[in-house]
Amino acid sequence: MSFDVDVAVRRGEAEIACRFATGSGLTVLFGPSGAGKTTVLNMVAGLVTPDRGHVRVRDMTLFDSERQIDVPTELRCVGYVFQDARLFPHLRVAANLRYGRRIVATARQVGFSEKSLGLGEAEVLALLGIGDLLDRWPRSLSGGEARRVAIGRALLSDPAFLLLDEPLSSLDSARREEIMLLIERLRDAIRLPILLVTHDRGEAERLGSRIVEIEQEPVSEGPR
Amino acid sequence: MNADTWGPETWGVVLLSLKVGAAAMAATLPLAFALAYLLARARFPGRLLVDALVHLPLVVPPVVTGWVLLLAFAPHGPFGLFSQWVLFRWTGAAIAAGVMALPLMVRAIRLSIEAVDRRLEQAARTLGARRWRVFATITLPLSLPGVLAAAVLGFARALGEFGATITFVSNVPGETETLPLAIYAALQLPGGDARVLGLSLISVALSFVALVASELLARRAGRGLHVL
Repeated sequence: MSFDVDVAVRRGEAEIACRFATGSGLTVLFGPSGAGKTTVLNMVAGLVTPDRGHVRVRDMTLFDSERQIDVPTELRCVGYVFQDARLFPHLRVAANLRYGRRIVATARQVGFSEKSLGLGEAEVLALLGIGDLLDRWPRSLSGGEARRVAIGRALLSDPAFLLLDEPLSSLDSARREEIMLLIERLRDAIRLPILLVTHDRGEAERLGSRIVEIEQEPVSEGPR
Repeated sequence: MNADTWGPETWGVVLLSLKVGAAAMAATLPLAFALAYLLARARFPGRLLVDALVHLPLVVPPVVTGWVLLLAFAPHGPFGLFSQWVLFRWTGAAIAAGVMALPLMVRAIRLSIEAVDRRLEQAARTLGARRWRVFATITLPLSLPGVLAAAVLGFARALGEFGATITFVSNVPGETETLPLAIYAALQLPGGDARVLGLSLISVALSFVALVASELLARRAGRGLHVL
């Protein structure tokens, strides 16, 4: 089982709730903007604490309100690519990419059994075509370049799973195609569990092994 | 202006002022940073009280601040142990200047910490960084320009400190007589006008340079740039 998620959190008047359990491959969280898709990702990453429910990834329990388990974000071995790349502005691209090199102990602490990726730095640079950007500052990158660096930074932290928040938004069509191919490669060749958020049905249908729809209001009940 | 105005005595006053200002700033900076971080990030009962206490020297008459320091460091006061190293000494002048500079420094540092994008700290955490590493590699470097601006501002404020200093450690030439105290002393003397003018010009020049430096650093901070 890749993702086994059943979470709910109150946000003002509305409740964001979501439940799905998926096998290997890429799971798409699909829904209109404002439906709380990013909040669901944040709950899987541990940046938002659900009011109740559980989060299990690759059979590891990261959160369980009943058993009072809440693994801190930094120990979840998550590769999170934010919609706004969130590159560190005071570090060059190379330092950004290397920021997340994990101490092997981290993964053991949580208990993800075998390390997943085994992707070397050279491999990631080639895969993403960002070898020429290493000496640049983040503010000098175009949107597409920043997105690819953010993906590279997440991959190089040797994550156990990937969270991609609208990875194709605000890219021109050539770049979209490139990133789309890359995601397909990660999905098929590296077989990394991926949770991807999008509001674009075409994207969802092309990439998703499984599509979970999140409705605007107030509660959505997982796959249907 | 006669030769005396620019004589060794004047430069002694300037050097002493710089020494007192630098010591006050260096000693206050860590405390100011800790307080600023606490006020910017922590939620605890009594936060408002800490905030008010920190800002007190900004609004209380400096004479009162000086008098409180005098009570605190008097031989039988709570810090009486240190009285011989502090009373009528340049170190006492630095303490008075530091206390008076503290609110300004806390304010400036707090703003720069609050300006750090917390989403970057979140990103660092997803990459496996624990709290201290997030602080050392993200929060601190990104707030550093503001911290340096605060340091320069605190230094400038310390250079100008008068009321608390003269109350606390009085005016001892060569030991506690900083620029403002020397100017005040010269004003009391008949024919001291030239000296007043000379010392005032130096004061204004030093303050101006410090303010410009502080402003330039703060602008860097505002644009999310980094100093080093």
